[in-house]
Amino acid sequence: MTQTVSRPGAGAQEQPLPLDVEAIRADFPILSRTVRDGRRLVYLDSGATSQKPRSVLDAERDFYENHNAAPHRGAHQLAEEATGLYEAARATIAGFIGAAVEEVVFTRNTTDAVNTVAYALSNAATAKEPSFRRYAVGQGDEIVVTEMEHHANLVPWQQLCERTGATLRWLGLTDDGRLDLADLGTVVNERTKLVAVTQQSNILGTINPLEPIVARAREVGALVLVDGAQSVPHQPVDVTALGADFLVFSGHKMLGPTGVGVLWGRYEVLDALPPFLTGGSMIEVVRMEGSTFMPPPQRFEAGVPMTAQVVGLGAAVDYLQALGMDRVQAHEEALTAYALEQLQAIPGVTVIGPPDTVARGGAVSFTVEGIHPHDVGQVLDDLGIAVRVGHHCAWPVVRRYGVPATTRATFYVHTGYDDVDALVEGVRAAQRFFGVTPEEATA
Amino acid sequence: MQLQSMYQDIILDHYRNPHGRGLRDPYEAEVHHVNPTCGDEVTLRVHLDGETIADVSYEGMGCSISQASVSAMYDLVVGRSVTDALATGESFMTLMQSKGDTAVAEELEDELEDAVAFAGVSKYPARIKCALMSWMALKDASARALAATPTGGQA
Repeated sequence: MTQTVSRPGAGAQEQPLPLDVEAIRADFPILSRTVRDGRRLVYLDSGATSQKPRSVLDAERDFYENHNAAPHRGAHQLAEEATGLYEAARATIAGFIGAAVEEVVFTRNTTDAVNTVAYALSNAATAKEPSFRRYAVGQGDEIVVTEMEHHANLVPWQQLCERTGATLRWLGLTDDGRLDLADLGTVVNERTKLVAVTQQSNILGTINPLEPIVARAREVGALVLVDGAQSVPHQPVDVTALGADFLVFSGHKMLGPTGVGVLWGRYEVLDALPPFLTGGSMIEVVRMEGSTFMPPPQRFEAGVPMTAQVVGLGAAVDYLQALGMDRVQAHEEALTAYALEQLQAIPGVTVIGPPDTVARGGAVSFTVEGIHPHDVGQVLDDLGIAVRVGHHCAWPVVRRYGVPATTRATFYVHTGYDDVDALVEGVRAAQRFFGVTPEEATA
Repeated sequence: MQLQSMYQDIILDHYRNPHGRGLRDPYEAEVHHVNPTCGDEVTLRVHLDGETIADVSYEGMGCSISQASVSAMYDLVVGRSVTDALATGESFMTLMQSKGDTAVAEELEDELEDAVAFAGVSKYPARIKCALMSWMALKDASARALAATPTGGQA
């Protein structure tokens, strides 16, 4: 495999990383524990879920110890404080992505956010209020996804199509791990109601060119939903520059708690959508004969919300903003360049995805000839290295590249060159353990 | 390194040189089982002679544990009655639930033969499903094969 760009030269390891890894590691309590008989934890699975800095844990604990109450109900002091903290976190998170506060809806996670939109589009077809029917999806309509999507941004659209009689279409992939846009003009057409696309692939690491996709969707009047689960935690994302109608992401992949995610929607679009889940909090007037609903974002936040987690996510955003998302991205790019170089130098290792750092994030998937990814992962685990193995909830992607599964390393703010070195040495150890000698592989 | 406790030589031998691999005729039932958390797959056929398992043939892809497990199972079940084979399957399940308790492995050693080498897998919850997949497929295929054949008859 030829590598033409962004390759760190000799002594790349001596180039300091943009972030102070040692100082950052001290902020993450879990990184001081050991695993598997006293080994240092080398956590290379942030793409599945990230570890949490102390400030996030403290924010959650402080909420429960000092301010806990149900927000948006009650008139007592704690209720006021809880509501204030919940809404302050919304403002922080809105600012982080360049959004207006009322455009930020809290969900459980990315999956929940995608489903909120998918169900709103089918509920629109039977909505009592004419104003909610504007984006209704039905027979003859088309939904467009890509072959690169995580199951969370694929299965809800398959299901929407099954419920409504709409047709699912998709953009394919090129051999080097990019979206194949050759058919964009026909796949996205006047029948298309929505295009759902990931900004950064969770398995290939590819950063997709959203501009032509958004432009084509605009031409035909289709909505665009961007899956930001792997982009928002790792690069600056500004919804005003994105041009999309929806951006969805998870708190737990960006140093925040589990149980909180975000659905950002363009206000005029959100305002024209019926709710998915209904119940308390999201209503305006309730009578036995029927009910009316609050405007966004409350319309999409039924029930007492995950208040402490929202406050924790606000603290996570504060932490990331203090580091600076430009530097976070530069940090991961340096690590990715180093990892790609080191891994591809091992005979028998094949990277699945772009081989260089051009339009690429820090998810590095690879196969090791002669060793199943589970077995690679087991050897790495024995050395204290946590990676993801399997199909990464993107089964069509591994099928597309003809492999049963991959081993995936993902990086974050606490990752250093020493972690990448440990990974590379671990892969070599796996080859030795299973008797797949690199010399034979290249002979 | 604790790896050796899981990857016994017997397991690696079965992985590198699987016994009974390949899909063969005749058969009364064929099943396809997957491990959805990781994508391991096995296609398995059962051929009965009365109530005796005359042949188990299979194709699959997956990690060393899943592939070695089906090979060791082939050795244990061919030529035995469905009832006896599934009883051995239950013993293998017991071994997988033993959490590395050596007393359990010692007790089952005679019955499970090579398959007792999988005792180390029981210490790794994420891998137990890999070892059990082929036994689940056998149970499923045997039930279907019995249902497909008249009592005491042959296909």
